[in-house]
Amino acid sequence: MAGGLLLPSFFGHQKAEASVTLESYPNLKASHFSTDEKITTYDNATSYCNFYEFGTGKSDPSQYASKVKPKKWAVTVAGACDKPGQYTLEDILKPHALEERIYRLRCVETWSMVVPWVGFPLVDLLKRFQPNSRAKYVRFETLHDPDLMPGQNRNTLDWPYVEGLHIDEATNPLALVTIGMYGKELPMQNGAPIRLVIPWKYGFKSIKSIVKIEFVEKQPKTSWNLSAPREYGFYANVNPTVSHPRWSQSKERRLGAWGKQKTLPFNGYADQVAHLYKGMDLKKYF
Amino acid sequence: MLKVAIFLLSLTPAGWLAWLTLNDQLGANPVEMLTHQSGLWALRLLLITLAITPLCTLSGWHAPRRLRRMLGLYAFFYALLHLLIYLILDRGLYFADIWEDIIERPYITVGFATFLLLLPLAITSNNYMMKRMGRAWKTLHQLVYLCGLGGVLHYMWLVKADLLNPGGYLFIFLLLMLLRFKPFTTLIRRR
Repeated sequence: MAGGLLLPSFFGHQKAEASVTLESYPNLKASHFSTDEKITTYDNATSYCNFYEFGTGKSDPSQYASKVKPKKWAVTVAGACDKPGQYTLEDILKPHALEERIYRLRCVETWSMVVPWVGFPLVDLLKRFQPNSRAKYVRFETLHDPDLMPGQNRNTLDWPYVEGLHIDEATNPLALVTIGMYGKELPMQNGAPIRLVIPWKYGFKSIKSIVKIEFVEKQPKTSWNLSAPREYGFYANVNPTVSHPRWSQSKERRLGAWGKQKTLPFNGYADQVAHLYKGMDLKKYF
Repeated sequence: MLKVAIFLLSLTPAGWLAWLTLNDQLGANPVEMLTHQSGLWALRLLLITLAITPLCTLSGWHAPRRLRRMLGLYAFFYALLHLLIYLILDRGLYFADIWEDIIERPYITVGFATFLLLLPLAITSNNYMMKRMGRAWKTLHQLVYLCGLGGVLHYMWLVKADLLNPGGYLFIFLLLMLLRFKPFTTLIRRR
């Protein structure tokens, strides 16, 4: 067995003294899902991050990750599908045309940003693995490598980080596989080389640095939900009327701004996604 | 000399925050930065104030006792700054939101209550009130222990998953309380 391919050592990375160079993506398709709101500055979006794998402080990820660039990467696809296996990042990306989507991202902590992401619809990727009728949910896992990610030496969360979506959510056209931002590759602190962006949900659902995608029958146990089930639900749809037990979710502050603005249901994407939750009590399934 | 030095030193965090604000260096979330830093310095100065008595008892050096009032007033100054930043910059003086916070969110309830407890201590921290109140002054000022506990709890209930930092402050607070117990301090001094 090609052990090297399956062990974490496969995930080679480069630790440079100087800043790493991020490749640009020219000729990105524009998207009609993009907002025309004011875009958050690159500095703010890449220096103020929640990525507990690199530390719990907002500046820890940019401090510890900005000089790291993953060199080799692979994603394991497993579970209820006809094409499971290990796919290199190149395999994953090859058939897809990249587009730019300017999305709002709302953190559960009440800050938000507007970011031009680079990626392609998650549905297009998932289809390639031919999920079968038992695939009711999709479970995603972040890399677990304490050498690369010093925050994983502490048990702030149960590593590896796990997130999940209902298959209907994962196949909604808004759900984006993301490999870049601001026309360039993702910096490590923002979840390089491959992450999700689920713009109608709180930021912690947009899992970073993905190494595993699994089609499952039951709702997966996700990291923040396990850590504090009263505070972080599985669905975690942005909802100004359902408070976090310790703070109100009715308003938000854009990075760089002094004032606050009203938070919108489903983060302003109700037209695209509200139908997914028809008849559900969103106070119960928060 | 010591007093002047400590006076200026205690003022530096405020000066630093003012400098960051004027030079647009507060980072991506300026209001959060100001809120967190002013709150942290209020708590730090409160704990430093509480450290003076055991420090003097243990070391036999009693000069720092004169600093307690000034340090306590500085703790109040940063707590007031923290409250004003929260009321004005964070909540935009929108009182419906503020009231909801105070009654529904335990960490705000505790934080607000702690400020209300600090208020009479700050008002009576002068020679005139000390003389006028006599023994009652000392009783009143024992509220400072409750303020210390309130400050630490306010911090603990606010964080999401990483309790390392607030846990450190709780540890220091409990240690400072323990060092007020005579059997404990005599044990340390004897060694």
